[in-house]
Amino acid sequence: MVRRLAWQAARVLETRPETATARTLVLDVPEWPGHLAGQHVDVRLTAEDGYRAMRSYSIASAPDGSRIAITVQRLPDGEVSPYLVDGVSVGDRLELRGPVGGWFVWEPSSRIPVLLVAGGSGSVPLIAMLRARIATGSTARFRLIYSARTLADVLHADELAAAPEGVGVDLVLTREESPSGRPAGRLRLDDLGRPRGPVDVYVCGPTGFVESAATMLVTLGYDEARIRTERFGGGGRP
Amino acid sequence: MTTQHEYVDGNRLAGPLADVFAVDITAASTSCIGCGRRSVVAQLHVYVVGEGYVARCPGCQDPVLRYARTSTGGVLDLRGTLSLQVPLPG
Repeated sequence: MVRRLAWQAARVLETRPETATARTLVLDVPEWPGHLAGQHVDVRLTAEDGYRAMRSYSIASAPDGSRIAITVQRLPDGEVSPYLVDGVSVGDRLELRGPVGGWFVWEPSSRIPVLLVAGGSGSVPLIAMLRARIATGSTARFRLIYSARTLADVLHADELAAAPEGVGVDLVLTREESPSGRPAGRLRLDDLGRPRGPVDVYVCGPTGFVESAATMLVTLGYDEARIRTERFGGGGRP
Repeated sequence: MTTQHEYVDGNRLAGPLADVFAVDITAASTSCIGCGRRSVVAQLHVYVVGEGYVARCPGCQDPVLRYARTSTGGVLDLRGTLSLQVPLPG
């Protein structure tokens, strides 16, 4: 039987500020079929006059029954994100469909080392992969390289600071020195390092960041066939 | 030619194309009619206008797939696609 992907009402169970401009919404989705880390949901808002706006948001949580979390970054001229970050309250309902996307996903059964490269709020599907690794007891080696403007812009910072054994986290801050002492500046070749053996790479961020990171990875000898990217640009998920 | 920062990628098509396909089409691979390049749908360059989507070949920028949702249906145009190879469970 084919499951048609229907819009359904999700209830907001909890809201959690992440940074000054980002918030996590924990949602209960009664008919949730489960998901893989890296998948996203489409959220649709309808105004009183019938005007509709739809955006895609990556799922931030590991599979957990009918609960999912999304972490939304407020964009200054966004149509949907300001409402999700500042407007929604616990108990509200949101129209949502998902999970969708079967390509930018990490399978917990894989033993291949993983490199995650995040630009800004592109960290969200990658933290879902980290969480899924922890939740499933996977021992695959993970390394996250996370580029953000400042330390205050880093999402899920406490969790990243407490990353378990086998998970490396490197912050690349573009506007201030990183806690590791790395000077402020955009992602460079030395931040990524060369691959030692096969590595599955997931890159997510704004289009320009993803283009530049993917080019560097190929230059460094990462196998292009193992690099998966997700870009969000102007039309992506304001 | 538009600038590279205006597009997203084919991952974005997963929800909209679930209207018309019974399987996740973003993991399918396509051949571009313009240059023959094979791409995974998730990696096409997608330009979004409202509920309309134009997915272009990352190689030659020719349109590979277009989809629009109207109030009464979905319009899918695959003229730029030589074939779609869809992974299916054995």
